[in-house]
Amino acid sequence: MHELSLASAIVDTVERHAEGRPVRAISLRVGALRQVVPESLEFYVEIVGRDTVCEGARLELEVVPALLACCGVEWEPPSFRCPRCGGGGKVVAGDEFMVESIDVGGRSTEPNRPKEDAACIART
Amino acid sequence: MHRTYVKVLEDVLDANGTIAAANRADFDRADVTAVNLMSAPGAGKTTLLERSLRWLEGVRVGVLEGDVASTLDADRIAHLHVPVVQIDTDPGFGGECHLDANMVRSALPSLPLDELDLLVIENVGNLVCPAEFRVGEHHRVMVSSVAEGEDKPLKYPLMFRACELVLVNKIDLLPHLDFDLDRYLQNLDAVHPGVERLLVSAKTGEGVEAWREWLVRAATREAVPA
Ligand SMILES: Nc1nc2c(ncn2[C@@H]2O[C@H](COP(=O)(O)OP(=O)(O)OP(=O)(O)O)[C@@H](O)[C@H]2O)c(=O)[nH]1
Ligand SMILES: [Mg+2]
Ligand SMILES: [Zn+2]
Repeated sequence: MHELSLASAIVDTVERHAEGRPVRAISLRVGALRQVVPESLEFYVEIVGRDTVCEGARLELEVVPALLACCGVEWEPPSFRCPRCGGGGKVVAGDEFMVESIDVGGRSTEPNRPKEDAACIART
Repeated sequence: MHRTYVKVLEDVLDANGTIAAANRADFDRADVTAVNLMSAPGAGKTTLLERSLRWLEGVRVGVLEGDVASTLDADRIAHLHVPVVQIDTDPGFGGECHLDANMVRSALPSLPLDELDLLVIENVGNLVCPAEFRVGEHHRVMVSSVAEGEDKPLKYPLMFRACELVLVNKIDLLPHLDFDLDRYLQNLDAVHPGVERLLVSAKTGEGVEAWREWLVRAATREAVPA
């Protein structure tokens, strides 16, 4: 849903680190709490990345499962409520959204998909 | 195959965060409390503002309208005789589904910050993207209308967790809807345990006084119950 916005932020981040070199692969860590649909993110990175160093780059996406902690216990959503005290708990893992590394070793030969209208479909 | 890795280890939203911090510094310098008001389209953000911003007990309030597609909401707010500025940044790629820190930054010069105590930023109606992009606000508040169904907190935990106050709006419709308020509140507590909530109707005005009091407390920087 909001993958288009995030794709732009990813491409911006990568551009700042690529120093003009064409990027073959982008390695991302995305927490499960970020509500990102991987296929959709891939699709938008490809569109937003056109005519940038990211053109044709492959997305290597690692989804980090969510983990919460409170009162000495750890648990997984859907409930964010501490099973002991009923409080909110602390997010131990699952809210990260990080570009880990990029691969700038040579050119990708993967063909591009045809250009599509990329109007924001994120309105819900 | 030859691979050359460059370590990046950068949060994707760092760039937005840097600009948000600059906005925040500007708000603090001018002693303005900024509130980012978020919701799904049509939950009642503008109507609530129309109801609540008039005569706010000496609090000088301004509004930043994030509806980038039209000036309809800004026109409605202008009737209240409070300074209102429409974000007129050309929305970037996909940018019209939320406000980001840079869009707000570009609008700041048009606002008389020094003459304000409170700035309400009405975000674009969207239940996902705005939760990801901080704009330099002190408080994030969401409007969630009972017309949207009880399951929304479970479906959009990102937004419901991002805010510190949930305005449950359109409660005047409860008698006509198949909406289980208790279940909704349970769902809310499941994703954001104990989050402050106010039941309101922008239409009848029920509960709006409590929201106005919340705004006054926020503007005068009294401790707002988290
Ligand atoms: N019955 C009822 N209708 C309401 C209430 N609050 C708002 N509405 C109606 O809901 C519709 C949308 O309200 P807006 O205030 O424009 O909603 P918004 O969140 O600003 O919408 P966008 O800015 O377009 O996302 C309007 O027709 C309002 O009259 C309420 O408390 N009760
Ligand atoms: Mg509105
Ligand atoms: Zn606990």
